[in-house]
Amino acid sequence: MTLRDDKVTLSHGGGGKAMRDLIAEVFTSVFEPTSREDQARLTHEALLAAGAQLAFTTDSYVVTPVEFPGGDIGKIAVCGTVNDLAVGGAKPLWLSAAFIIEEGTEIALLRRIVASMKAEADKAGVKIVTGDTKVVGRGSADKVFITTSGVGVIPAGRDLRADMIQPGDVAIVNGVLGDHGATILAARGDMMLSSDLQSDCAALGHLMEATCNAVPVRACRDATRGGIASALNEMAEAAGCTIEIDEASLPLRAEVKGTCEILGLDPLYLANEGTLVLFVPAEHADTALAAMRSVDTGKGATIIGRAKEGAPMVTMRTAFGGSRIVDMLVGEQLPRIC
Amino acid sequence: MRYVEEFRDPTAAKSLLAEIEKVTNQIGATKDKPVHIMEICGGHTHAIFRYGLDRLTPEGIEFIHGPGCPVCVLPMSRVDECVQIAEKPNVIFTTFGDAMRVPGTKKSLLQAKADGADIRMVYSPLDALELARRNPDKEVVFFGLGFETTTPSTALSIQQAARDGLTNFSVFCNHITVPEPIKALLDDPYMMLDGFVGPGHVSMVIGVHPYDFIARDYNKPIVVAGFEPLDLLQSVLMVLIQIRDGRAEVENQYARIVPEHGNPISIAAMEDVYERRPSFEWRGLGEIDASGLKIRDRYKAFDAEEKFGIGYAAGPRVVQEPEGCECGAVMTGRMKPTACPQFGKGCTPEMPLGALMVSSEGACAAYWQYGGRRAAEPAE
Repeated sequence: MTLRDDKVTLSHGGGGKAMRDLIAEVFTSVFEPTSREDQARLTHEALLAAGAQLAFTTDSYVVTPVEFPGGDIGKIAVCGTVNDLAVGGAKPLWLSAAFIIEEGTEIALLRRIVASMKAEADKAGVKIVTGDTKVVGRGSADKVFITTSGVGVIPAGRDLRADMIQPGDVAIVNGVLGDHGATILAARGDMMLSSDLQSDCAALGHLMEATCNAVPVRACRDATRGGIASALNEMAEAAGCTIEIDEASLPLRAEVKGTCEILGLDPLYLANEGTLVLFVPAEHADTALAAMRSVDTGKGATIIGRAKEGAPMVTMRTAFGGSRIVDMLVGEQLPRIC
Repeated sequence: MRYVEEFRDPTAAKSLLAEIEKVTNQIGATKDKPVHIMEICGGHTHAIFRYGLDRLTPEGIEFIHGPGCPVCVLPMSRVDECVQIAEKPNVIFTTFGDAMRVPGTKKSLLQAKADGADIRMVYSPLDALELARRNPDKEVVFFGLGFETTTPSTALSIQQAARDGLTNFSVFCNHITVPEPIKALLDDPYMMLDGFVGPGHVSMVIGVHPYDFIARDYNKPIVVAGFEPLDLLQSVLMVLIQIRDGRAEVENQYARIVPEHGNPISIAAMEDVYERRPSFEWRGLGEIDASGLKIRDRYKAFDAEEKFGIGYAAGPRVVQEPEGCECGAVMTGRMKPTACPQFGKGCTPEMPLGALMVSSEGACAAYWQYGGRRAAEPAE
């Protein structure tokens, strides 16, 4: 152990010994990349199959607070990028991880974040094979920002696209909605709300693999920022048809409903980090549900609506017997005065 | 969720809707000759659209959306003054979330924040007070905004600041009252209202008697209502029955929350902290006598208008509303949101021209978000 500091200083980004020690002790000792060169060198049997496609995605993660009930920024950075691959039908294989670290950040915090990334990557069956660190002055970042890129393989014959959705197809979610968004709101502590809510943050590669192997999935999205409402709106637009959801069938925890009632927020727009919505032809719905429920992250799988002929928009049959449009969110969801 | 879901029961709604239909027919109201019922409060407007009540009730009932959305009736000049205060060095400007996007003549608070002003969203004036305690070298200003629902909490924070001897906390007071604009609307010769659904949460504070003049002097029924869909349906039914029976009374549908005489502690706090301004400017409605509250002299040290020499403290002001904006006509019920030439064209939630498009309680935003856009589209 040569790293003696408690906190990151600008010298840890200076390219010298301090930086080398930080990277070696906090990052590479945990991630154990195979290559000692500046790039990962990769090969995989799935890539050799005729018709297989490479899937490649990238995402940046900023969240306040960086640690919250049910996860931390590291877990999200792994799950989020794994999920971006998974919802496209790809088997996630490799990740890169780049860290922008604010001067003064506790090294113990970095170690916890890295440990949770490693644990989550192992669970998802991906390897973190390359990375980068930068240190910026106090105030130029909020503790730590992480960018992960992911590479996966889509097997031959699998083609998930929102424009494949047909009227009559059934929309299925894998579990409860809004837990992550409500957890983060409560964890920020601005509202002095206390609850036992946990983020739903989870990698969904295994779930998608099981589902795609069981039924012909038309399309899938993970309902992250902007919530299920935004994911469905994107899909309706691409598919050129109406998606109608049924309010009574939406899986929402009482705590999430309560948080939204108090703050005047709509749970349909709350972020999720382990929730996806997928469409399958109606005749495959039962098989899809069974396949999803056989995986841990799909235990709560349930039908929430269907695609139908009509203008590209999302409508909701309210539990009250009315009907309304579920529009895209404009900017950020702002709590109402009264 | 107990105490919420009972009031969203579809079976109970059916029987209420059947009653509403019956009484509407007894009155003889039709699509061409509807009864006009104004829901005063923006929260009610929001609920009507969220639950699709406008589509469930008979065509003989027309909802007119009242001026009870505090963000919507905020004049641009006041937003400009917010920005002016927020951009002063050493100021932390605190505000409720939905005031952030209201357009000023040059920019909104959201834009001012992007330009570098220290503007923070809070959920209560007490959060602003806490910020002031933690930042003794900064001036923390709270954007006091809203009707009698939010007015007491601002009053309590000022009283608390005085007790704690804080010198770096002040309130930019834009608190307004409900009865005065209703009176102004009723005095408008073009007004064709037959009855009112009264704002329940305002009455939780001030009680039901401040509305006595509506029944007594203008001979219109008013029912103080709760915010769940069954509350609203029941209140509409109560208004209709009064119209059918030729009565004009103040009734309280929301008795589970609203005491007849309101909340005495809140009323005392408001009395202690505020006095009435001679008049206050409302977006779309102009200056309305005695409709705004000012911080009393004894709490002058906490009045941002005095501290910064801004607003009414700086003398009379004239600010033009944007060209083509019909927020005023919509707010007085003379025009349906979808009839405004700017609706969905020059004015959308992404680029609001008028304030009614900004807040989710604004009639236009509610129309847009919950399906009025269907009405704006040509029939398929």
